[in-house]
Amino acid sequence: MTPVVMAEFDSPEALLTGLRALVANGVTADIDAFTPYEVKGVEEILGVRRSWLGWIVLAAGLAGGAGAYLLQWWINVVDYPLNIGGRPYHSAPAFIPITFEMAVLFAATAALISAIALGGLPKLWHPVFEVDGFDRATIDRFWVAVGDRNTVLDRARDAAALERAGALRVVWLGGAA
Amino acid sequence: MSDDPVILGHPNDTELSDQLLSTTWRPFTRGWKLAFTICGALTLLLFAMITITVMRGIGMWGNNIPDAWGFGIINFVWWIGIGHAGTFISAILLVLEQQSWRTSINRFTEGMTLFAVMQAGLFPLLHLGRPWFAYWLFPYPSVMGTWPQVRSALPWDAAAVSTYFLVSLMFWYLGLIPDFASLRDRSPTRRRRIIYGILALGWRGSVQQWRHHKVAYMLLAGLATPLVLSVHSIVSLDFSSTGLAGWHSTIFPPFFVAGAIFSGFALVLTLIIPARRVFKLENVITLRHFDAMAKMLLITGWIVTYSYIVELFVGWYSGDTYEIYQHLVNRPFGWYAVCFWIMITCNCVVTQLFWSRRMRRNLRVLFVASLLINVGMWLERFEIIVVSLSRDFLPSSWHIFVPTWVDIGLLAGTLGFFGLLFMLFLRFVPFIPVAEIKQLAREVQA
Repeated sequence: MTPVVMAEFDSPEALLTGLRALVANGVTADIDAFTPYEVKGVEEILGVRRSWLGWIVLAAGLAGGAGAYLLQWWINVVDYPLNIGGRPYHSAPAFIPITFEMAVLFAATAALISAIALGGLPKLWHPVFEVDGFDRATIDRFWVAVGDRNTVLDRARDAAALERAGALRVVWLGGAA
Repeated sequence: MSDDPVILGHPNDTELSDQLLSTTWRPFTRGWKLAFTICGALTLLLFAMITITVMRGIGMWGNNIPDAWGFGIINFVWWIGIGHAGTFISAILLVLEQQSWRTSINRFTEGMTLFAVMQAGLFPLLHLGRPWFAYWLFPYPSVMGTWPQVRSALPWDAAAVSTYFLVSLMFWYLGLIPDFASLRDRSPTRRRRIIYGILALGWRGSVQQWRHHKVAYMLLAGLATPLVLSVHSIVSLDFSSTGLAGWHSTIFPPFFVAGAIFSGFALVLTLIIPARRVFKLENVITLRHFDAMAKMLLITGWIVTYSYIVELFVGWYSGDTYEIYQHLVNRPFGWYAVCFWIMITCNCVVTQLFWSRRMRRNLRVLFVASLLINVGMWLERFEIIVVSLSRDFLPSSWHIFVPTWVDIGLLAGTLGFFGLLFMLFLRFVPFIPVAEIKQLAREVQA
């Protein structure tokens, strides 16, 4: 997003009030909140659904487990069979530990990479960092931003709404509205 | 359940951030420098001992047939077991939701896990004798046309330990990203801001970022949970899949897992009691935390005690000459009897103190008890490995294992290296999860 307006709040409750005020004014597109920790309630107000990251993790885990089992079978049964005390080459119980470990390893790697990638990271610079005082968004301030793809934004109306909700500051960054 | 708070007072977000982030830029104290120097010296000793082992070979260690496994495997099992309490606290207690006391100490214990697993990994690697061929354990298309033999417990171990390390590292880093961002925005010097800024990957706490972060964090906790059980179960299978009296037992997997968590909680206490004092964290690590950890010691201590009793009983009940001799004669009354009784005292007797609420909250008692339990759990692995091997099936091959100075140097060296890494971690990473604590403080105060 390229932010057009940003507002700073000093508590999660004030942030939620501010977001509700904007949504009530119909400002729902290209809107984002920046918080030092997860604030419960933001996702409901903005209509964000639960992350689907779990499905990626499931797929990666299954692929890792299946791949590990197939690899073990291929190297110990097909390509390099070794007779160990006359025991069967294809012995499923003995293949389970590595199958399990690889399923976990692949799933965990997928979880980390998708959490970073779906959050749009790594991206060391973002326009919001240019706003004075935004460095407190990871400490003790709660910010709301509306981007330039939002066409409903009305400068007078929405600034008043944000201030009524308890915004410490409302910053306009030029552009639309 | 005790009603004590997990956070004392009513600190706001600003105060908590300043207090918990500043551990990375407060000036070094003299005591810290002294401890760091000692750990650094021991780390040098470790590298010297590794060099000697690699240059001259495994003959520098005390192991010899029948004691094929000596200090190397004792230290491996001890260190890897210690790591398990870290994962237990950060992952299993997160999945269990209600255990809000885990929040203050989870990153601390995750760090302990990582560094303990690093020490553990050194020993099997060196025990190979030719550690430069360690990569043969992993399947790769080699010009020799051979592959690892995956029906043996050794490749299982390699897969389990390396997975455990990597998953712990990823879990730790994912949790750290928001706190690295706080450090990027709050650190006093430009150089620190740049370094932490890169580590934070540009985190800005947006709705999308938190949305995926929290699900991934929960999933990683869920994935780390079975690892606690599987890694030490696989380690125990290295033993129980052999026929040796004292190893050939089906109780080994749960027995090993409980012992691992037991020793890990003891080391958490050994580390957190001084750290809490040095960094003045009495408001976020409260008596409630110590009370809960002491209760865990009591529970896991009893599981370990029960396992000892079952081992004795099954040894007797089997009617097998070797089993009866091992459990009823050799361990309690043999050449190493003193080790057995010290182990029983440390692991089974000392923990009974924690029936008392007053003892669970007395930090001096907890600290001393935690040291004793660390010793007791090391001796337990000594009992299992050395004492069992020294009296195998053939009396003509019986042999008394005595460690060499290289064995002792390696053990002391890993203690120092662990301490060195841990102290660096305390200085450069916010070891109390700042974002999570701020969120918890809001919930507690609401």
